[in-house]
Amino acid sequence: MLASITRRGILAIYAVIIIVPLTVVGFGSFKSTQELFAGPFTLPQSPSPANYAEVIGGQDLGSSFWNSVIVTAVSVPLTLFLASLAGYAVSRLKGFISWAIFGFLVLGMAIPAQANMVPLYVLFGRLGLLDNLTGLILANVVSTLPIAVFILGGFMRTLPRELYEASSIDGTGPWRTYVSIALPLSAPSIAAAAIFLFVIHWNELLYPLLFIQSPGNRTLPLALLSFQGEFQTNYPLLFAGVILASLPVVVAYIFLQRYFVAGITAGASKG
Amino acid sequence: MSIHPGTASERRAPDTYTETGAKKRRRSPTRVNPALYLFPLPAVAIIAFFLVMPTLQAFQYAITDWNGFSAAFNYVGLDNFIRAFTKDSLFTNALTNNLKFVLLVVIAQTAFSLILALLLTKNSRGSILLRALFFFPTILSSVSVAFIWKFIYDPNFGLANAALGTVGLDALQGSYLGNNAQALYWVAVTQVWFHAGQMMVVYIAGLQSIPRELYEAAEMDGAGKWQQFKSITWPFVAPATSIVVAYTTVQSFKAFDLILGIAGNPPKSSLDILSTRIYSTFANSEFGYAAAQSIIFMAMIALVTWLQRRLLRLTPKGE
Repeated sequence: MLASITRRGILAIYAVIIIVPLTVVGFGSFKSTQELFAGPFTLPQSPSPANYAEVIGGQDLGSSFWNSVIVTAVSVPLTLFLASLAGYAVSRLKGFISWAIFGFLVLGMAIPAQANMVPLYVLFGRLGLLDNLTGLILANVVSTLPIAVFILGGFMRTLPRELYEASSIDGTGPWRTYVSIALPLSAPSIAAAAIFLFVIHWNELLYPLLFIQSPGNRTLPLALLSFQGEFQTNYPLLFAGVILASLPVVVAYIFLQRYFVAGITAGASKG
Repeated sequence: MSIHPGTASERRAPDTYTETGAKKRRRSPTRVNPALYLFPLPAVAIIAFFLVMPTLQAFQYAITDWNGFSAAFNYVGLDNFIRAFTKDSLFTNALTNNLKFVLLVVIAQTAFSLILALLLTKNSRGSILLRALFFFPTILSSVSVAFIWKFIYDPNFGLANAALGTVGLDALQGSYLGNNAQALYWVAVTQVWFHAGQMMVVYIAGLQSIPRELYEAAEMDGAGKWQQFKSITWPFVAPATSIVVAYTTVQSFKAFDLILGIAGNPPKSSLDILSTRIYSTFANSEFGYAAAQSIIFMAMIALVTWLQRRLLRLTPKGE
């Protein structure tokens, strides 16, 4: 009895600690500063899209939004493609070479991106990859390839070899086997990895901060960060930015919740 | 999935032999197509060129005084490392802050995510809904979370003080991030709010794999709840704990985005951690010195992870 009350109490309090701030952000994005400060918990009196208009038009969050879309839309599939190719090869090759390739690719998980920023900046500078989206895409691919290989390769190794072997009797080459057998069978782990990568790439801040100079090439997290200095306590404006930046991920979470939990947890337990 | 291995190999062996002739070795029915070696090449090349090589270069930069732009630089041996530990109070401050932050978050997040998981182990409809809610903050960007909590902590207009005022606890109102002695603790709270739900999911998976009969047997022997936790739950979730602790450690070492979002760039010294310090050194065009700091940073992560494994003796069972 007492245990049950304590349990409900803890859960209810924590639920409030999550729901209330998020609601305040949602309501607040439609309020003026004065209204927010006067009553943060209340519904907006006369909801106004002015903050959204200001961040999209005035602060150019619109173009940052598209930059984020482009970077994420290219870097997620590219990472998945390269990782699944490598994972597939590792699952079919045998002995030392398979182990060595897998180990080499996965070892990168031990190198934190922040530890690499100086040499990577220098290298990208020499290759003309600073201040453009191509550089951001490449950096995303590099930083998440090890964990993607780990998730996909780990899964593909559990596929029964007989399936591959059956197709190689038919004289099918490795590419066909990869496309028509390995990929479809790995769909669950690819979906999980895709979600994991989507969240990471969409929210990535370090590389844009390092590489991007021109405001026109900013991604959302970087554009948002620049608000922090400019609009110290203009919270309604910050909130509108937060909502816009989170919207795609939140919508995806509502519809693909199961994959989110599986994907992000796979990333965690293997990272 | 259910192809019987025996039948498959019986069927395969003669086929392989007759179709491809004697030049293929018979003893290896699953011959490897050489084209397969091409498949991992792009990934291997990218990792070698953009990850391994830069990491090795960091060691090279670390023993120079290179400023990133001029062609000329000098090899300075271990001077950068000596400077970091003995002459640079900004760096030692960031190091101390970071270790404190990691310790706080690891203890709080591990304990709290385990408590949540224990309360939500059963797959009831309510539990599933609450899990989805508690997991939610994890998917937001660090900058978004930072802005939300900047408002919660705002000393004049913020949610925390407003809520305390509403329930008549004005005495507990504070300036949170404005108080240099406390600021790091408040960011630690934010970090736990951000990721506890994610670690909760890891724990739930561990908890659900514990056979229920064990608890029933323990109950029959008259073991209390605490006894059951100590002798069944805790040992059984040891693999989950080692994952949670290791992941939380790395995550809180790298709380770069959250710190910049909540404290601004560059952060004030009471909120400076290693990664933000490295970034500031880098932004200050001290490339050689920043590289040396990066190497210390990597070494610290490795050291702390190793220490934890030793201290906790969390040898994962099922991994």
